[in-house]
Amino acid sequence: MDRTDQETTGGIRIEGLRKRYGQGDTAVDALKGVDMQVGPGEVVGLVGPSGSGKSTLLKCLGAIIEPTAGRMTLGRDLIYDDGWRIPDLRALRRDKIGFVFQAPYLIPFLDVTDNVALLPMLAGRPNGEARWQALELLQALDVAHRAKAMPSQLSGGEQQRVAIARGLVNRPPVILADEPTAPLDSERALAVIRILNRMARQFDTAIIVVTHDEKILPTFKRIYHIRDGVTYEEAGEGRGFD
Amino acid sequence: MISLAGRDILHAWGKFLFTGMGLGLLIGVTLSMAGIYRGMVDDAEVLLDNSGADLWVVQRDTLGPYAEPSSLYDDSYRGILGMPGVVRAANITYLTMQVRLADAAASADVRAMVVGIRPDGPGHPGQPGFLVAGRHITRSHYEAVADIATGFALGDRIRIRRNDYDVVGLTRRMVSSGGDPMVFIPLKDAQEAQFLKDNDAILRQRARTAQNRELNRPGVPGLLDAVIASQSTNPYVNAVLVQIEPGADPDAVADPIRRWKRLGVHTKAGMREILVAKLIATSARQIAMFLVILSIVSAAIVAFIIYTLTLGKIREIAVLKLIGTRNRTIAAMILQQAVGLGLIGFVVGKTAATFWVPFFPKYVLLEPGDAVRGFVIVVVICVLASLVAIRAALKVDPAEAIGG
Repeated sequence: MDRTDQETTGGIRIEGLRKRYGQGDTAVDALKGVDMQVGPGEVVGLVGPSGSGKSTLLKCLGAIIEPTAGRMTLGRDLIYDDGWRIPDLRALRRDKIGFVFQAPYLIPFLDVTDNVALLPMLAGRPNGEARWQALELLQALDVAHRAKAMPSQLSGGEQQRVAIARGLVNRPPVILADEPTAPLDSERALAVIRILNRMARQFDTAIIVVTHDEKILPTFKRIYHIRDGVTYEEAGEGRGFD
Repeated sequence: MISLAGRDILHAWGKFLFTGMGLGLLIGVTLSMAGIYRGMVDDAEVLLDNSGADLWVVQRDTLGPYAEPSSLYDDSYRGILGMPGVVRAANITYLTMQVRLADAAASADVRAMVVGIRPDGPGHPGQPGFLVAGRHITRSHYEAVADIATGFALGDRIRIRRNDYDVVGLTRRMVSSGGDPMVFIPLKDAQEAQFLKDNDAILRQRARTAQNRELNRPGVPGLLDAVIASQSTNPYVNAVLVQIEPGADPDAVADPIRRWKRLGVHTKAGMREILVAKLIATSARQIAMFLVILSIVSAAIVAFIIYTLTLGKIREIAVLKLIGTRNRTIAAMILQQAVGLGLIGFVVGKTAATFWVPFFPKYVLLEPGDAVRGFVIVVVICVLASLVAIRAALKVDPAEAIGG
């Protein structure tokens, strides 16, 4: 059964999402009713030219800015509903959304383990438990041997894997990956996508990869194109990862 | 939860340490300035305590021997001794001057307060309270007891005006209100030293007196000699130090002296007021200004450093905010770093001040209470200085972490 067609208990779903900046004559509609659904364990691509509303959509999905209208559910939780929103967006970002950035942006003064364990610690979990959780993920991503290293001692690929581990550590239902392969060559970029696919399946996480990177587009089964604040879904090739 | 501030400090420990050391030297200077003020107050207290007096009898309408010139006849003490409540009274003179070794080869001289005392021995007013070496003055001429801060040693021969004195005893912490070490000499020598003229001046004075018809009358033999003799002696002292009966009220003893002897009398409390509130008041205000300026400079430095360090972590702060770190956690991180910097600075400053204070030429007193107050002020300054950086950090948009 196609995950996108089922009424999911996980993943992310948005309906009619709108975002308007400014008021009156100077108002700009960055999103004009975006629909999107990504099921648990699924990795989809989100592509679009500059000024298409891609960043605005990413910020709405990441609970960084509030949409003007529309509805968004994360798993079974209603996040936005036509002007209403859940009260604590910060806690939502901490517990329900994972982020992977173009650059790893690891905290330079924390070692690899604590960079990953910081999120569960912020959520109130004991340090020991948080570190154990981090080490498990680092093991799954083949960087456990660098657990005590500082970020500056890691290669670019290792840093990106640690960043993925950080995004996953709280077992969020969705991960937003913003150009995660941009600075990488083809081989490393595909390796990162391979890891994201594996993690999505392993942890039942919905992953949205924002990208311009044409070399990784064939790896997605579904791709959302965004243009002028509206999304269009396209079936992808989904090559190589099943 | 791990300490983000602690980890950042450990990660960039060199930066924090060297910045803290720079700040610490500034704090050390601030503590030293406070110590200089305390030293001045302590010098004044020590001067009063070491004088061994309960009352200072001085020229009427003057503030006494330390703050204003005062002279009264050297036989005044006899009448004062007869006043009710008085146990001991002793003449004393004070003269601040350069004192040097009599040895012509030794060119170095010392700024000292030369104190003229009657060689009555310890316990009498004006006497050096205790000696660290040698003995008290026993002869009426040409012996001296010096504070060790003068640098003189036992057996040294020092020159005061035209006379040489043997250093027979050494004492400690006997200083003037200005912090100059004291040199005690016999009263008669001190009186002479105060008004001693050079030989040419004496000759000129004698000639002028001889030419004065009023003072050199042909029909009054011996008048000229008597006048010249009176011009050559100094019957004045600066003060009479008085010890009163144990338990007696100083004011009750002082009042009859003021009334019947028509002299000025200051109690210990009054003299302390004169020394601290009048004599060193301007210096204290000067130091207070320095302390205020140094505090502002320290605050500005801490604020600048913490602000710069925070701006250097804007991206990390954006990431922390994006992944759900509370604002108060980020504020606490910056605050702890500022306070940490202050702690490093305070430890370095206190250590540095303790190390360099003994090398100051005048007495510097580092009081534990001042250190505690300094520590509290440093913490408060650091907290205030971190506010600018905290404000900047809290304004960081989490969206900066994902660009766009």
